Parts: sequence; structure tokens; C-alpha cells
Amino acid sequence: MTTQNPIQRNVGELARAQRGPLRFDVLLAAAVIGLLACSLITIQAATTDDVAGQPHFYLYRQLAYAIVGLGLMFALSRIDYSRLRELKYGLYVAMIGLITLVILIGGTTRGSRRSFFLPFFSFQPSELGKLLLILALSAFMVDRARRLHDRDTTARVMLIALFPAMLVMLQPDLGTGLVFVVIALATLFIAGTPGRHFAGLAAVGAVAVAFTLVAAPAVGVQVLKPYQMDRLTAFLNPSQDPGAEGYQQAQSRIAIGSGEKTGRGADEATQTRLDFLPEHHTDFVFAVVGERFGFLGAAIVLSLYALLIWRTLRILTLAKNLYGALIAGGIVAMLLFQVFVNVGMTVGIMPITGVPLPLMSYGGSSVIVTLMAIGVLQSIYAQARVSAASKGRVLTF
Amino acid sequence: MLQLPENRAPITPQLAVRVAMLGGIALLLFAIVFFRLWYLQVLSGDRLLASANANRVRDIVSPAPRGDIVDRSGRVMVDNRISTAVQVDAAQLPEDEAERRALYARLSPVIGVRVATIDREVREQSKLLPYANVTLKQDVAPAVRDYIYERQNRFPAVTVNRVYLRSYPLKELAAQIFGTVGEISAEDQKANRFRGVPQGTIVGKDGLEYTYDRFLRGRPGAARVQVDAFGGATGQVSVREPEQGRQLKLSVDVDLQRAGQQAMAEAGKIPITNGTKNRGGAFVAMDPRNGEVLAMGSYPTFDSNIFAKPLSQAAYNRLNDEDRGAPLINRAVFGLYPTGSTFKLVTAVAALQSGLISPDTVIDDPGSIQIGNILFKNARNQANGAIAMQRALAVSSDVYFYRLGRDADGVRDREGDILQDWAERLGFGKPTGIDLPGEAKGLIPSPEWRNELYKEKLTDRPWSVGDNVNLSVGQGDLQATPLQMAVAYSAVANGGKVVTPHLGLRVEDAAGRVLEEIRSSPARTVKIDEAYREVILGGLRDATSTQGGTSADVFAGFGREVLGKTGTAERAGQADQSWYVAYAPDAKRPIVVAATVEQGGFGAAAAAPAVRLMLSEWFGVEKKLVVGTSATR
Repeated sequence: MTTQNPIQRNVGELARAQRGPLRFDVLLAAAVIGLLACSLITIQAATTDDVAGQPHFYLYRQLAYAIVGLGLMFALSRIDYSRLRELKYGLYVAMIGLITLVILIGGTTRGSRRSFFLPFFSFQPSELGKLLLILALSAFMVDRARRLHDRDTTARVMLIALFPAMLVMLQPDLGTGLVFVVIALATLFIAGTPGRHFAGLAAVGAVAVAFTLVAAPAVGVQVLKPYQMDRLTAFLNPSQDPGAEGYQQAQSRIAIGSGEKTGRGADEATQTRLDFLPEHHTDFVFAVVGERFGFLGAAIVLSLYALLIWRTLRILTLAKNLYGALIAGGIVAMLLFQVFVNVGMTVGIMPITGVPLPLMSYGGSSVIVTLMAIGVLQSIYAQARVSAASKGRVLTF
Repeated sequence: MLQLPENRAPITPQLAVRVAMLGGIALLLFAIVFFRLWYLQVLSGDRLLASANANRVRDIVSPAPRGDIVDRSGRVMVDNRISTAVQVDAAQLPEDEAERRALYARLSPVIGVRVATIDREVREQSKLLPYANVTLKQDVAPAVRDYIYERQNRFPAVTVNRVYLRSYPLKELAAQIFGTVGEISAEDQKANRFRGVPQGTIVGKDGLEYTYDRFLRGRPGAARVQVDAFGGATGQVSVREPEQGRQLKLSVDVDLQRAGQQAMAEAGKIPITNGTKNRGGAFVAMDPRNGEVLAMGSYPTFDSNIFAKPLSQAAYNRLNDEDRGAPLINRAVFGLYPTGSTFKLVTAVAALQSGLISPDTVIDDPGSIQIGNILFKNARNQANGAIAMQRALAVSSDVYFYRLGRDADGVRDREGDILQDWAERLGFGKPTGIDLPGEAKGLIPSPEWRNELYKEKLTDRPWSVGDNVNLSVGQGDLQATPLQMAVAYSAVANGGKVVTPHLGLRVEDAAGRVLEEIRSSPARTVKIDEAYREVILGGLRDATSTQGGTSADVFAGFGREVLGKTGTAERAGQADQSWYVAYAPDAKRPIVVAATVEQGGFGAAAAAPAVRLMLSEWFGVEKKLVVGTSATR
């Protein structure tokens, strides 16, 4: 047979679309794999000397987290995310429960209770909380999609997000708390909340910030812990105190700048190797990229993030329903915020807030949860393909 | 049919706009980060790379051993030894009092120093030198060093360093001339002489160490060491070895120095060591031709090695305690005394040169003389009869010189009153210019001086002839050092050259090759008539060699020509001070020796016997202690 009749061809396409191999976004997957590879290379470069006798200590662990995360990603991409909508109360309660529990009984790291120390890794509920919030908040938003112009809707969405955000800030983890707020704002924005509601929120936010930073300390109430204040103000005036908080950022800037165009060799990367760079495999991993691999390396990593954001935005537009679009919007806001705040912190244009760089920073919770979020994105993509195929619509990359 | 929201076609134009806005925001944020990266890595890359390199490189200064100090024949007087010292960087100590105490408590058993002592040392030493390391214990065992370095986190601010300590193999010998060394202070660093000397360098603080610091200091070594963020060394980058300072050769002769110190002990009955309440004394031996100081000693003395260890304030105070004789004071250059009859040399030169008398002018000495309403007497009222200058010096007739003092009062030459003028020309009343810092200048009492004081109501009476009479025999307000005395006698001995005394002879490398001759300021010349000089030297010669000469019995049987003058200075509230100045001519090695013994009695009783012992050493004559009996001033 040299020719197919049109009907046969159509059936074949439909069958292929439903079979699977094409039911995920290849470029999104490529960006994820690329970032994971960059993460492993960088973490190996940064931590060779950190654990005596075990040069691959962090590499192997990060690899394990990535494999677990990829497995969960694949699993999530195979289910229909729409069914998660029905579980919204369960997801929300689980999130609040976990975050509350960690504040009560979690392990302490440098003065904050963020993690459960499990035998194989330390689990941070607030990381999982980001994804759970996106799923639950989007579901709530869908329910309210016809009443977007009610101030009540906006207020409720914000309160639903602010409650866990406050709990996370109590741990204290200012950065992750802000991620929760950004997710809420993005969800409102994608759903189509009128601009005046955002203006109102901005006004309330400004008052709250002024109260936190100026009014409350003036009357002796410390809303932020002193170190949080220091971090924020050190960013504003780095030369004032190069010894403490400003030190980290100064060392990070030096590390990145010293990488110049193509980076310093393994032996010459002294900022990382001689421990001048703090937290070089977690929060400041991007500075290691900058020192070790230069502008070239940093540009590659940023380009991979750009690819990730672009594909996520595209999935947002493809989603078969509003729920999917809102989830994708939440995820894109989460990723974009974290990337900008973390990279901005290492290059000295944002304050130190302890937000991990998605997929790059060492850490099981962050890597696994981000990969789960990618899995949900792939699910949205896959469902869109199935839906479109069934409607006979032609999709292109 | 009603379309449920979840099945609504999601992509509406409004949503498309919103997604576009979100994409725009993303684009903007990425652009910001890219531009920032470009700025940091491409535009500022070189500068930040330099910062990164500066971060990891520490310059570690390793001290240079100071140059040795040797005597005129190359025998070592001061050298160095290496010690391992436990030190504390006070600036890095914990600020919290309790934490600091805890650190001291951990350190105490390791180095065997009590907590209270550590605390006191840290406070005292960092007060003296705010930026220098505080030394807690020296000469610690390698095990102590290893223990501390292996537990550096438990001993913050504590370091174990190799330090060079000054070592004085000859112990008490010439202890006062060397001075001390120590880390450069903040004020020192501003001084011209220490320009460019890095903090932490050991420099001379006093004495010869100070004067010749430029040569002795050496050049510290520098190692560039790669360190990690915690300051731990991870590898060396470059090294410059420390360079030892130059060797300083002194004009001092160790044998003569030792003989001088022993002579003072024997003849002056001065205990050598410090610690007891005892008499002081000093001697200077000098080459009259050029001012090379052959020996210089002061009593009581001490073992210089105490300065090699950190000196407690209490021990330092003891060294300066007058009740203990202030052993730290170099009486040869700081001791200001009336000189008694040794000053008659000056009176003689002044009277002859100004024409007040001739060498043959005969004055009757009945044993006393009435001047104004005061009766001035010879010691024990001894009458010497009609005598001229030469004999007056030999027997040390006070009456003769009282007359000169009386007659000289108000007699002026071109530059002032003759007695004061000649005293000044022969080097009194001003520093001799010896190469030791802070020399005393002394005082020549003059009408101007006393009348000025009187005008300011600092004294009860104006100048009177009696002041001049006292000065003529070295009494009253005259203040002079043994060194000034040696300079004045040298000037008469060498024919009028007022030499600048000096201890430093030349700068050498470690092998003894001459690098630089030390030039002292050129000598001044005063014109002394040869005939007068003969008479004066004759008088001094007669004093040691003729019947009735004041030190004739002391030098009986010495077998060499010695010219000498006794002095017995009366001092308020204590026994007389014994003085002797001798000049021994010699074609190759002439020598002038001045010695004084506080509360030593008559010149012939203590100082003259000591000088004889020193001259015996110098000329290889058998040493014999001969105490003179002459009761003259």
C-alpha cells in the first residue's frame, strides 16, 4: 500500500495521540533534564571537599532525589489532574496540617523549624505546601470563576493563601511565605480578577509592610526576627556591614564576577573551594555556576529556565479547562519568582531570603516537589492533547 | 447546552493578554538578571577576580633575627635565640567576659600559667602595645604547640609562634648600653626613623638597639599563603626568606669591660647584682684620640637576659626603683653629679688660658681662705704652703683653686665668664653626642643661670662669688656625667680635640666584613697653649708619682706613666662621692678612664683603686688592689 485513505490516517493519529509517547511536552522535559544535569555537575564541583572521604556525598543524594522526583513526575503526568479538583479540601487541610506539625515538632536548623528529619532525607512541608496550595487554590478559584468581580472572592482567595503563608513565616521562612503570596496573586491574575482589586491589595500590602518594618519596631514589637531585618537592610546597604549579612552577598558577587566570561578551572575556583562562598550547594548554587563556568555557564542555566517558563506559559494557554490554566499559572509564578529572587540574591540585586533555586539547589524537598509540579504540567499538556485530539484540533509545538 | 466552566475553551482573548503580560514580566526579569550578570562577569570581572585572589591570599610576615652586637675584637655580646612562644591576639579574643575567662581556663593547664596571670598579662601587655601580640609563655614544648594547633577552634585568638629573642651571653656585662627591643608601637611607626617598618616588627626601643636599629633590624620574611574562609592555610604561594640584620661592632673591649665591672665591685665595694639597697657607681674608658668608648659600666647592674622574656610591670619598676639603686639607669651618661676636684682641670685651663695667672704664679695655701663671710677650707685643714699650678694640681690644693675661683668671678673673655666658658668648651653643660639616646646634658652654674632662677623666685639668693668658688673645685650646683669628665680629660690629653664619644664602630655582615664605618660627628677643637698643657699634665703626672701626690700611693709600683686626678664630691645628706679620672699615654693604645663611686669617700679610697685595676687590665700589668690614703678632695 502506498497511500492511506483519510479516515485511516485520522484514526491512526488519534491512536498515536492516546498511546502516550507524544503525550508530554518534549521541550519542557528537555529543560528539566538539562537543569538537573547542570545541578548535578555544579553540586559535584561545589562539594568535592565538603565531606571528608566522600567526594560524591551530595552528588549521590541529589541524584537519588532527582530519580525519585522524576518517577513522581512521570506518575503525575499520567493521571488526569482535573480529578485533583475534587480533593481540594483534603489537599488544603493536609497542607495546613503538615506546616502546623512541623512548627510544633519539627527539627531545628539554625533557629528555624522547617523540616522533619526522616532517615533518608529531611522533608520540608512548606515546599510540598507550595504545590498543594496551587492545586487547592486553583480549585477554589474555579468554583468562584463567575464571581470574579466580587471583592469577597479576592479577599477569600488571599486569606486562603495568607493563612499558610503566615504559618510558614512563623517557622520562620520568609522566602517561602512570599512564594505562597505570589502564587495567590498569580492565580487571581490568571483568573481575571479586575485591576482595582489588585490596586486594593497593593495598598493593603504597603500598609502591612510599613507596619512591619517601621511602626511595629518603633513601639517595640518585633514582627520579623532580627536576622531577617538584617538581611533585608544589608541588601539595601551592603557596604555598611560587610562582616555579617553583607559578607555573604559580597562573597557571592565576587564569586560570580571572578568567573568572568568562561569561568575558573576546578582548582582556581577559590571562592567555592575555600569556603568563602556560603551555602554553596544550596541557596548560593548559582554563584558556583557563575564562578566555575562563567557568564557562559550562567547564561546556559538561565536559558534553560527561560525555556521552562516559556513551555509552562504555553501549557497554560493549551490547558483544556480553567483549572489546568490556573494551576499552570500558579506554577509559572512560583518558578519565575524563585528563579528571580534566588539569582537576584546571588548577583546582589535582591535581599537574602533563603529561597532555593528550583531544580538546581541541593535538597530533596525542593527537587522532588518541583519535579512533581512539572509532572502536573505534563498532565495538563497530555490532557490537552487528548482533548484536542478527540475534538480533531491540530496542535503544533 | 450550558457550558460548564471547567469545559470552557480556556484560551479567551483576555486570557491571552494576561499570559502575554506574564510572559512580558518574565522577559523583563530575565533581562535584568542577564544585564546584571554581564555587568558582574564581563565588565567588572577583572576587579572581582582580583578581589577573589585577595580573599585567598594572606601575607604572613616571619620575623628577621636582629643583627648581633660584638665587641671590638668580634666577641659576641648580644645575639639571638629562637623560642616558641604562645601568644594571644587580643583583638580576636571573645568580647564576652565569661567566654574569655573560659578560654583562659582551658589554656591555663596547657601552658602552665595561672588564669589570673593570663588575664593580667593580656591586659598589661595590650595596654603597652595595643596592636601587638601578647606573649603568655615562651620556650614551650612542641607538644604544647601541636596541642593548641590541633584544637584551634577551642583556642581562638591563641597562636604559637617562632620568635627571636635577644640573648646576652655575657649577662651583666655592659647591660645598660644595649637597651631593649620590642614590637614597634603605633607612635614609633609615625616617626621618620621607622618609616615603612611594618606592624609587628621588633625594633630597638632604647640604647644601642635604638640608635643603630636601622642596621640591626634586618628585613622580615614574607610568605604569601593561600587560606580558606576560616583562615586555615591551604598552601604556600610565594616566600621571601627573612634577612638577618647587620652585625654591629662596638669599640668596647669585653676584657676591659669585665675588668671595670670587677674593679668597681672590689674597689668600690659595690655588689654587682641588683636587688639590694646599695651604692651606685659608673665608669667610662675612652680612647682620647678619637672618642671610641672602650668600656662603659654602671652600678648596680642586672642580667640583660631578663629582657628576653616578657617583663612584668613589677619587675620593670624594680629595675627603676631608686631604693634598689635603679639598675636600669646608665649612670655613665645619665648620672649627674658634682665632680669634686676632678673639675680642677677645667679651672686650671680657664685660669691659664685667660691669663688670670701664669704657670709660675705662686699662691700661698695656709689651709683655708676667707672669701666674703665664708671660710673655705682644705680637707682636714691641710696646709700646702706656697705653690704654683703644677704642684697645686698634684696635691689638689683647694685653697689655690678657691683663689682662682674668687678671682675669676666676673672676669669675662669674648664668650662669657671664663670658668663657665671653658667648662662649656670642654664639653660640660651639653650632651657629648654619644650614640645613645637621651643623654643627660648636665649643668654649669653661671651668674645668668642663678640670677634668672632668683628672678623667678626658684632660689633664695642671687649669684655670688661663693658660687664661683664652689665651681672652681667642682662643688655646688655643678652637674656633670662621668662621660663628660672623660671627654674633658681627653681634650686636654690629646691637645685640644673635644671628641664625640661613640660605642658603635662599624657595621659588618655576618662574616665580619665591613659594610659601613660609623662616623661620629667630627671633633671640635679648642686651642690650649702647649706650655699650659704641659704644666697641667705635669700636675696630673705628679699626683700619681710624687711624694704628696693625691693618688701616688694608689699607683705606687704600677710601672707605667699614669696621669690622674682624684675628686671627692660633697653631696647633701650623704657620704662623699669618690671620683677619679686618669689618662695613661701610650703610643698605640692611650686611654682615659673616668670612674665614680657614690658614697665611696675620698677619691683615692674607691675610684682611684678601681681605675688602677682597669689600667692594669688594659696594659697587662699585674692587678693589685691598692687603696689610697690621701684625704684630699
